[in-house]
Amino acid sequence: MAKVTIDDITIEVPDGTTILQAARMIDEQQGTNIAPPAMCYYSKLKTTGGYCRTCIVKVEQGSEKDPRPMPKPVPSCRTTVMDGMVVRNNTSADLLEARAGVVEFLLINHPLDCPICDQAGECHLQDLGYENGKEATRYEFQRREFEPIDIGDKIKLHMNRCILCYRCVKTCEQITDGRVHGVINRGDHAEISTYIEKAIDNDFSGNVIDVCPVGALTDKTFRFKSRVWFTKPVDAHRDCKHEKCNGKVRLWMKGDDVLRVTARKDRWGEVEEFICNECRFDKKYVADWVIDGPSKVSHNSVISQNHYATDLKKMRLSLQSEVELLKHKKATLGQGSLDPNNI
Amino acid sequence: MNLTDRKKVVVKKEMTLVEKLYIPAITNGMVITLKHFFKKGATVRYPEVKRDIAGTYRGQHVLKRDENGAERCTACGLCAVACPAEAITMESAERKKGEENLYREEKYATIYEINMLRCIFCGLCEEACPKEAIFLTDRIVPVSGNRKGMVYGKDKLVEDINHPIDLSYRQTKAVAEFKKDKTKAHNQTWKDKQNLIKEKNH
Repeated sequence: MAKVTIDDITIEVPDGTTILQAARMIDEQQGTNIAPPAMCYYSKLKTTGGYCRTCIVKVEQGSEKDPRPMPKPVPSCRTTVMDGMVVRNNTSADLLEARAGVVEFLLINHPLDCPICDQAGECHLQDLGYENGKEATRYEFQRREFEPIDIGDKIKLHMNRCILCYRCVKTCEQITDGRVHGVINRGDHAEISTYIEKAIDNDFSGNVIDVCPVGALTDKTFRFKSRVWFTKPVDAHRDCKHEKCNGKVRLWMKGDDVLRVTARKDRWGEVEEFICNECRFDKKYVADWVIDGPSKVSHNSVISQNHYATDLKKMRLSLQSEVELLKHKKATLGQGSLDPNNI
Repeated sequence: MNLTDRKKVVVKKEMTLVEKLYIPAITNGMVITLKHFFKKGATVRYPEVKRDIAGTYRGQHVLKRDENGAERCTACGLCAVACPAEAITMESAERKKGEENLYREEKYATIYEINMLRCIFCGLCEEACPKEAIFLTDRIVPVSGNRKGMVYGKDKLVEDINHPIDLSYRQTKAVAEFKKDKTKAHNQTWKDKQNLIKEKNH
């Protein structure tokens, strides 16, 4: 076990835990908000992380035995904790400035076509840009440009928007069987691609849409159908025949129409369980699903706009307390005290 | 039970003889009526006579086209989300090949409706628009005999390609200057972009 202090909060974690995982543990246990953002790290996939550098943190004290600070910000997704480590994330002004720089570099080739992009509203890069005050661009040169490509008949690839996080490559490697998809070329020329635009044809290939933090890989069945904040997320399940898929999904509905099906996502924007292509692309009727109830959307998200959901549990509690109050009044003031003119 | 302390008790007392004749009361009333014959009227005879309104008056909306006549709106939905009265609805579709002269961006609005009965003319849609597509003009929304007539679709909102609506006087100098800058992607029409690609390939 190792004791680590992140933003003045101490936690004891098992050896081999990364700083990012430890920060997320603190958030989950104490309801704080100190976990650094991550664009390429994905806890559900192996060997992810280390590409985007948005999760950098400042290590003020290396460990108990060697208290020297680390000379440069370190990527928290790839750095394991040491006993007595002291880490600064949101409480260090230098670090936030460094992260803003990283975000600006991520946005250099990003086309900023959010008004057109289907991911807008649930895009991690959009959130990251706004969080770090980088909603405008200073870049004046020609950006890299690619034509949108169809990868199979269900997935659209907009290479312009890609930030090369490698999540989709790892998904294809680990979740699907035959991998036909990877990153070709190097440096500024790098792009994700399939071998000679070969269609991704696999039961779980649709998951690359969910893991993509930007709008590079989008659902063709949902293409330009609606903005995400005009749809209503609903949790649902069905009895899926596929042995690896348990059929638990999130439906994005408009009225009675199911516009899109995605996997359920947790507070870190990662899928809870990967779903198969049949659930994702072919079951677009309410009759195919058993509805579990409305999904929880953070009130900070634009998706919660104009959705007037009430917390049923809270409502029940407040109703109960109202009834108690009335009962109490009746008992203390006697019959007739509940006359509306007297309240 | 007293709701306010300003209530007055009504007293019904007997009228005097002069009051019973009503003549002084009637003459008083007639004097007031006659006075108004010689006063200037408070109203004007719209639509023959129109009142002066400010140049920045917020009236009926317009969906602008760019200088090549392509619709600027890309159905991003920011106006609808910004609208406090929830008056705007839209549906979008993908632009097909050969329609580049009709729609400026890859995506366009197939249906764009503003419910003028709900609209409060606050101008937040204009402020939210990232594509300079929607503007409020100094035109007054005419009344309609039924509710359906007050839901304005694209036929009423998109400006006539032959008679564009001039809104330059509503813009600040800085904005007008910025719009001339063709190096900014924001100001490039589809044709400008094609020319740039051609130049690059040469």
